Amino acid sequence: MDFDLSDEQKLIADNVARLMKDKYGFESRKAYGAAANGFSDELWRQYADLGLLGAPFAEEDGGYGGGAVEIMLTQEAFGRALALEPYFACVVLAGGALRHGATAQERAELIPEIASGALRLALAHAEPQSGWNIFDVKTTAKRDGDGYRLDGEKGLVINGDSAQKLIVLARVSGAQRDKDGLGLFLIDADAPGVTRHPYPTQDGRRAAEISFAGAKARALGEPGQAGPAMARVIEDAIAALAAEAVGAMAEAVEMTTEYLKTRKQFGVAIGSFQALQHRASDMVVALEQARSMMYLAAMSTSETDAATRARSISAAKAQIGRSAKFIGQQATQLHGGIAMTFEYKLGHLFKRLTMIDMSYGDADYHLARLGEGDSLFD
Amino acid sequence: MDLGFSAEEIAFRAEVRDFVAKNLPAAIHDKLAGGHHPSKDDIVTWTRILAAKGWGAPHWPVEWGGTGWDAIKLSIFTDEIQRGHAPESLAFGTSMVGPVIATFGTQAQKERFLPRILDLRDWWCQGFSEPGAGSDLAGLRTKAERDGDVWVINGQKTWTTLAQYADWIFVLARTDSSVKKQEGISFFLCDMKTPGVTVRPIQTIDGGHEVNEVFFDNVRIPAENLVGEVNKGWDYAKFLLSNERNGIARVGVSKARLAKIRRLASLGVYGDKPKMDDPVFRMKLAAAEVELKALEMTQMRVIAAGRTAPKGKPNPMSSVLKIKGSELQQTTTELLMDVVGPYALPYQPEQGDRWNEPSVGPDWASTIAPTYFNTRKVSIYGGSNEIQRSIIAKAILGL
Repeated sequence: MDFDLSDEQKLIADNVARLMKDKYGFESRKAYGAAANGFSDELWRQYADLGLLGAPFAEEDGGYGGGAVEIMLTQEAFGRALALEPYFACVVLAGGALRHGATAQERAELIPEIASGALRLALAHAEPQSGWNIFDVKTTAKRDGDGYRLDGEKGLVINGDSAQKLIVLARVSGAQRDKDGLGLFLIDADAPGVTRHPYPTQDGRRAAEISFAGAKARALGEPGQAGPAMARVIEDAIAALAAEAVGAMAEAVEMTTEYLKTRKQFGVAIGSFQALQHRASDMVVALEQARSMMYLAAMSTSETDAATRARSISAAKAQIGRSAKFIGQQATQLHGGIAMTFEYKLGHLFKRLTMIDMSYGDADYHLARLGEGDSLFD
Repeated sequence: MDLGFSAEEIAFRAEVRDFVAKNLPAAIHDKLAGGHHPSKDDIVTWTRILAAKGWGAPHWPVEWGGTGWDAIKLSIFTDEIQRGHAPESLAFGTSMVGPVIATFGTQAQKERFLPRILDLRDWWCQGFSEPGAGSDLAGLRTKAERDGDVWVINGQKTWTTLAQYADWIFVLARTDSSVKKQEGISFFLCDMKTPGVTVRPIQTIDGGHEVNEVFFDNVRIPAENLVGEVNKGWDYAKFLLSNERNGIARVGVSKARLAKIRRLASLGVYGDKPKMDDPVFRMKLAAAEVELKALEMTQMRVIAAGRTAPKGKPNPMSSVLKIKGSELQQTTTELLMDVVGPYALPYQPEQGDRWNEPSVGPDWASTIAPTYFNTRKVSIYGGSNEIQRSIIAKAILGL
């Protein structure tokens, strides 16, 4: 058992941390977020130059041979800075769909494009009625010549407003919530029959509701067999969000500590008050428990037993959700009024942490899921 | 990064588990699995079985009977002892005074005391807390005055665990009142049979007798029973307390209790369905398991960090382990209360050797409520959780 990083992994962590420090002050973030697509094209290019976009993909697919740890390190740094670029949408979600659901030939075609920063993909899997059930899919894909025609409504497509291409989860057979009969389809985001309704999200990002009316798409992988791949994509996504959340929580704890040291009332730093010290200490406990589960989640994505993997991921998401809510609320309380303002970073950390809990099952959802199964311990 | 155990560590765990299964007397196993306290004889018997195997105090220096295991193996060992419902080593000897003597004692003290701790020929208890010195331990008032070749001790200690069985007590006493309170304390070893030592029981809320008051009335102990230097006792106490925090998370205890909860909650003793069918209960159980899984990982991270950290420097992360570990011990006793339901009510005090006699209600029910009440202590002792929060605020956050 060791928690040590390889030299390559250390380099990634150092590089992304330095880039965030140089380029992602909170004022800069405001400017990036004001752009039409809600992020910085320049930084996206720099992520490609640093190798971040290709890092988690296999070398034979055109990536740089990393995996879950590389995603974890990148996401943790992005979480601290509240980075807006579509790394999660493109590399983790859509990239995950390619890793788990596409053929070798398709991966070799698309992954180098992701790695170079030329292609921004988004994954359209959720629907307005589906809640957190990834298999609840009404959108249909019907065979048409050498391709497919998509019909239906996709919702909450993260960075779907600005992606050049979409990977769409659609049903080729079976009933609305069947795990079987699902397929992944690739389509240009501005293809005929595709209508995007873009909007900003609570946490300062962009998403879109997207409707498909007979839109022409091509299949990725074997249509009808995408269910198990999607389950793994979501597990990878949860591991990545866990790391982003830990980054945001660590930043919130640091900001709060700094505030307690500098803010004076009654003639002294408010950090000298025991009531506040103990709240801050409980935030440390919540952070360290979350960090432990971040590691567990990252390492669990390569666990081969599906039931064990699902339990570990659910446990991680539950812990992350509980810690994130606690730290977000406590950090806000300890800052007082300034945390309630839009101009200050802390409130945006709180909002991002809250939306991470609301993604792919909140803490209660995963606890209920764990409650249905066996013990986490052997 | 690799969060799995090595093949050697997995084999080691299996070896310890197998040793406990084969060598722990069934009567002791059943008593502890049922939530009863081990007797003095149970602890002595098991300690001697371990000592004969060379596992009496695995973390000690090899020359004094330790094993040379690394921190991960030590943690696996403790985990398996706890999970196997075996009595734990008497910490006052092996984890507290033993390492102090091994580190700061004279050669004569080491030769005299350490072998007798290893196989529990000497039962030690801890003379630290006083009625006026709890969290503020350095405010202690028990005094030791030099009189020729002896030290004369006067004062009172309290919360002295299992002093009713003890042969020896290690005592912090004030030897200089004219200096800062931490700088006038010395560390003494005192034979409980010395005239002037009186032990008085304290009954705890569960009805049990674990702790005592110990009075010192002109207790004369030989000068050779001072440990280290005069007025340096606070340093030795801090060293001792940092050792006490190793294993403070008690992950194995909570794991064993979770397994017991699952077993008992599946029985369905009353009502129309087993407790395990209640989705609210299952969620609470899942929440405890998640926190414990995270705590187990946090403990591993602390151990991994300890490999490269300077020796003897306490890691303030151990305060995180103490807080979360104690909370989980308490949460799991609350879950057992959920399981036992109405048959928490009958009060059936422990009856020593007659622990196994028929009880009112389910035969596993009688210890549930006492354990719940008794376990409130874990967030109070060993540095209360509020003290731990202050340590985190100071040492981790710099507040």
